[in-house]
Amino acid sequence: MYVSGGMTLIPSMKQRLAAPSDLIDLSSLPELEGIEQLNDAQGSMLRVGGLTRHNEIAGNALIQQHLPVLGRVAAAIGDNQVRNRGTLGGSIANADPAADLPAALLAMKALVNTQDRQISADEFFLDLFETALDAGDIVVSVDFAPPQQAAYEKFRHPASGYAVVGVLVARYADGVRVGVTGAGPCAFRACALEDALNQQFLPQALDTVAIPDAGFNSDMHASAEYRAHLIKVLTKRAVASLLS
Amino acid sequence: MSTSDSGSQSIAVTVTVNGEAHRLHVAPNTLLVTLLREHLGLTGTHVGCDTSQCGACTIHLDGAAVKSCAVLAVQADSCEVLTIEGLGSIDNLHPMQEAFRDCHALQCGFCTPGMIMQAVDLAQQSSDLDADAIRQGIEGNLCRCTGYQNIVEAVAKGASMMAATNTLAHEA
Repeated sequence: MYVSGGMTLIPSMKQRLAAPSDLIDLSSLPELEGIEQLNDAQGSMLRVGGLTRHNEIAGNALIQQHLPVLGRVAAAIGDNQVRNRGTLGGSIANADPAADLPAALLAMKALVNTQDRQISADEFFLDLFETALDAGDIVVSVDFAPPQQAAYEKFRHPASGYAVVGVLVARYADGVRVGVTGAGPCAFRACALEDALNQQFLPQALDTVAIPDAGFNSDMHASAEYRAHLIKVLTKRAVASLLS
Repeated sequence: MSTSDSGSQSIAVTVTVNGEAHRLHVAPNTLLVTLLREHLGLTGTHVGCDTSQCGACTIHLDGAAVKSCAVLAVQADSCEVLTIEGLGSIDNLHPMQEAFRDCHALQCGFCTPGMIMQAVDLAQQSSDLDADAIRQGIEGNLCRCTGYQNIVEAVAKGASMMAATNTLAHEA
């Protein structure tokens, strides 16, 4: 098994939830490092290395200039010590249902680059802790499309810092994308909300949209019904913040 | 080659701790906090929750605050570690340690080493630390005694003392 930042894997091993016989440490692979703009044209994709630590994303000048919402998402993960170790690649490969970055990948048309192929975010997150990665695949980098505007709203669990629900709303010339995490077994795009916002980009446009809670997570932190409610509340807040 | 409880061989780890290089042989599943406390006798770093929440195990790894209970010792190979013992001493307190003393920012002291290591990281990241930024910055460190108020004051005071004297973490 690969280890990147280890912020999920090591604690999982300590709790005997994971027991790999061998670990391969990815942290000294230079191919997995770096943040770059793919070309100089306006709106060109931003490529972020799989080994990039969350605090590196939060503090990076290119990201602050072209993709500031990603910096804000990364800065909202866990706590400072976790952000100094946890990585983009590790986070999405693990695909915790309450992780923040998957919502950002979905909302920002991300492309996941492995050693030998490219997987679009829409095809990447499949089910609980399940992604389109095959055994042996490494997340070498992720390409993001800078939106015209974007906002991330997160209902943060006060102890763990995970997203009870997190919503990233991104506006592009060809329409709105809404990435949701925390509500279901994996992150997903809220297509009903996207359709409504494409008609009218106002919080009120979501009033009549029903979010069915079938299949949503229900646990001691929040019921499925409450998570469905939070999706709408957070999406409205994100839209409102982009309009102000 | 020695065996350990994990039934597998030892791994050699070379790590510089508080400026001193060490070469140790540890079981592969040894945590960094265990290497520091039990192999090197540096017991200032504490194991509180052992589940990555409380931050009592916080040290600096290559200059950044991390929770050493969530890092394997072998991941620190060829790295530099700074523990609370390396930050300052009783005769030569680091400004952040002075601030914690001056502001009465500890009672039992169990969270304090980790809290101070995180506070120093915070102060190095940003010179603009208001109470909100400090409270957010120490989210990874739990204190059961103080209610955090004096800790927040100490971090602010320590950060400005560090800036005034141009003190970084490694200058004790």
